[in-house]
Amino acid sequence: MSEISQTRDGQQGLAVPPWLKKLVATLLTVAVTLLGLLFVTFMIGRVMPIDPVLAVIGERATQAQYDAAFKELGLDKSLLEQFLIYVRDVLSGDFGKSIRTGQEVTTDIARVFPATLELATLGTVIGIVLGVPLGVMAAVYRGSWIDQLARFVGLIGYSMPIFWLGLVGLLIFYGILDWVEGPGRLGVFYQGLVPERTGLLLVDSAIAGDWTVFKNAFGHIILPASLLGYYSLAYISRMTRSFMLEQLNSEYVTTARVKGLSERKVIWRHAFRNIRIQLITVIALAYANLLEGSVLTEIIFAWPGLGSYITTSLLANDMNSVLGGTVVIGTIFVALNIFSDLLYRVFDPRAK
Amino acid sequence: MSDTLLDVENLWVKFPTRNGIFDAVRGISFSLGRERLGIVGESGSGKSMTGRAVLKLIRKPGFVEADRMVMGGTDLLTATEKDMRAIRGRHAAMIMQDPKFSLNPVMTVEQQMVEALTTHEKVSKREARTRALEMLDAVAIREPERVLKLYPHEVSGGMGQRIMIAMMLIPDPEILIADEPTSALDVSVQLQVLEIMDKLVKDRGMGLIFISHDLNLVANFCDRVAVMYAGRIVEVCEAGKLHEAQHPYTRGLLNAVPDLEHPRERLEVLERDPAWRETPSVSAR
Amino acid sequence: MTELPNPQPKPGWREWLLTDAPASRGQARAAAWYAGWLALRGNTLAMFGLLVLLFLILCALFAPLLASQDPFVQDLGARLLPPGSEGYIFGTDSLGRDIYSRLLYGARISLYIVALVALVAPLLGLIIGTIAGYAGGWVDVVLMRFTDIFLAFPRLILALAFVAALGAGIENAVLAISLTAWPPYARIARAETLTIRNSDYIHAIRLQGAGPVRIITRHVWPLCISSLVIRVTLDMAGIILTAAGLGFLGLGAQPPSPEWGAMVSEGRKYILDHWWVATIPGLAIFAISLAFNLLGDGLRDVLDPKESKS
Repeated sequence: MSEISQTRDGQQGLAVPPWLKKLVATLLTVAVTLLGLLFVTFMIGRVMPIDPVLAVIGERATQAQYDAAFKELGLDKSLLEQFLIYVRDVLSGDFGKSIRTGQEVTTDIARVFPATLELATLGTVIGIVLGVPLGVMAAVYRGSWIDQLARFVGLIGYSMPIFWLGLVGLLIFYGILDWVEGPGRLGVFYQGLVPERTGLLLVDSAIAGDWTVFKNAFGHIILPASLLGYYSLAYISRMTRSFMLEQLNSEYVTTARVKGLSERKVIWRHAFRNIRIQLITVIALAYANLLEGSVLTEIIFAWPGLGSYITTSLLANDMNSVLGGTVVIGTIFVALNIFSDLLYRVFDPRAK
Repeated sequence: MSDTLLDVENLWVKFPTRNGIFDAVRGISFSLGRERLGIVGESGSGKSMTGRAVLKLIRKPGFVEADRMVMGGTDLLTATEKDMRAIRGRHAAMIMQDPKFSLNPVMTVEQQMVEALTTHEKVSKREARTRALEMLDAVAIREPERVLKLYPHEVSGGMGQRIMIAMMLIPDPEILIADEPTSALDVSVQLQVLEIMDKLVKDRGMGLIFISHDLNLVANFCDRVAVMYAGRIVEVCEAGKLHEAQHPYTRGLLNAVPDLEHPRERLEVLERDPAWRETPSVSAR
Repeated sequence: MTELPNPQPKPGWREWLLTDAPASRGQARAAAWYAGWLALRGNTLAMFGLLVLLFLILCALFAPLLASQDPFVQDLGARLLPPGSEGYIFGTDSLGRDIYSRLLYGARISLYIVALVALVAPLLGLIIGTIAGYAGGWVDVVLMRFTDIFLAFPRLILALAFVAALGAGIENAVLAISLTAWPPYARIARAETLTIRNSDYIHAIRLQGAGPVRIITRHVWPLCISSLVIRVTLDMAGIILTAAGLGFLGLGAQPPSPEWGAMVSEGRKYILDHWWVATIPGLAIFAISLAFNLLGDGLRDVLDPKESKS
């Protein structure tokens, strides 16, 4: 069976299996990228014009207090040493104290992150549920009204400032139509009613079986999530469309038609199956983008998440919090990238 | 001809473009019995379009026009898309050039073969699997059990094309259209694949439309040959009498092929006469 | 779309431009540009984008003439007037400043930011990318790793962190956006350089004694430009939106500067009762980035036919 063995054998007998090599290479890349990420944030922290010592001890401290704090913050050490200490601290989950809240940055982030997670996840789900079918249909009926619609949706999505869309959305759906709840995550009267388990209000209230809280939380989240969802819808549908067009032009689709399959099966079982893996990458990217897009949206909707946290800290010159938040989001970006890369390896038969 | 499987009269394939309508196939007529019909021509002569037009698989915005197009008892011209789906695969199947592209890369051989059968017949998974195994055996694939589990990229080109043949013949169609079935394959396996295809077609008494640019190959594997040029059939002849062909285009094609027994200093370059384009089609009915 | 505001060619120019046999390099280049222009002119949406942009540029240029009020003058007696009020086409903001006039001056800021970023970021990417591609070896590895690290960052958040470090202001916003925008350009430039590097004419130039600096600046850069230009045009809308986002967060242009993002931010408090204060500047941002997107799509179709098919 020489025909088959070509691709199967040949690599055996090596001391190090190829997948292990790949794994090590991936891990190294990740390590270098994360280290670089920390280096960039570290440098940003060093070049900032605010004196970190004064930020801690206040303007009216004596020279002696200043020197003591200077030493305590490790600023008398060399830059390299400072960097290594910074890396060690971050690796042990220590981003320093927030000047604004007076708490550990790690604690703060753990508190605000679920809000962002909930928002971005719901947004991405909306983006997938609407964006994938829209992209597929746009490709199948290329040039038809639905294709034009997809194009229009994308164009608007790529051109509309998200913070403005948020304001207009609030004006229309809250101010005028009164279909949704206003800014914030939960109405005043509903707070503290359900025990916090995951930090995700929808999940927590569903677990507790408290549907009035669920309804209120849903009323709050639906507008910002839809707006974010719109942005990922624009991106996902555009990519889906171009992936599908590529597949629909390929020969195996003709083969499927020659077999007499219905158009539905040709599209979903054959063509769509081939873009699933590419789509996962796109969705991971869309998700990461939403985490970022949530910065501006959270401000508009007074959403107590990571984006609000970073910007408020920024305006208060609270550098530890800003850099901590930046590192967290950067790490999620890297993690999502690796995750989609891994899925590629696992699910694409050609990658084995 | 009592046993006509396919009868086509005045077939046109048209593509609207920005500068008017482009005619890929311009009014050809042919019929197919339980025989092997070769369609030969250079690229762009419309031979592939003819094959696809028969299955009504011309991609939009292209469209097909004809005076008559009948397969078995069905009028293809009035057939709905649903009727066509019942015909495709069941009555007429097609093999394409390169198995690397014509097999779905993310489905196993088993999934693809079983699907070809279950689309047209209500059979159990098990039975479909047995039939697939038999079919793979028929195209001379050893260890069919193992091959069923493979993905297309795990098999060689020659094997891929045999899988393709097996898959297309599973629902037992009467007509097989082979569109350059060996052009993408290694020279060493081309003949083997063709012989397997030929044997199956003969044994099952099918009609074969063999589309190729290779005159000699077609002459060896067909009963009749239609030569296409610029969307028209310029000449039809018995495969055995190909070398008596009259049309200057056919002669040109024959002379442009090197011959080991009669070596020549220089091969002839095909000179195309614009008048050929305008001469009406020869019927191959 | 018969006559558009392109310089009307003198009789004979058209023929000169459309000739199949250009007599000089200059003519060939002009002919190529003209052919591109003709293709672009056929694209209605792209032309629409171009017209909107031209309109905005004119507004920015002639802002002092077009403005009906001083954009900085406050008139607390005339605060929050709705659009259409006498003397205030688009109404006034919370300090009684004329929104229409502020929009005109704001166009200057937006265009200024876009122009600067569109110069700085590709240049940065070009330098890093060509050096990486031309030098190869460990220089390439290090520079590309560096690029990947920047790509790994969410752009807006990185820009936020940079602005935080540098301090708020237009120039710093430009710098921050540029620092986050260069990696894709570096990748493109590197890819181009890799194909150019091994071509015969580069070998020939090297044999003539040209040093790496000369080869890169004179022979590699010019060939990278066109793909960079396409990418920059496509990115312009994104630059506008990021700049406006920074302005909205109070990290871009500082008050009382009439930056559009900052204007939306100022109007935020009044959105439910005085919708126009935030909505109208937002529309302006939308218009300019839509125009850039339309033009960018059209340009890509003209300059990069491979991509346009999808």
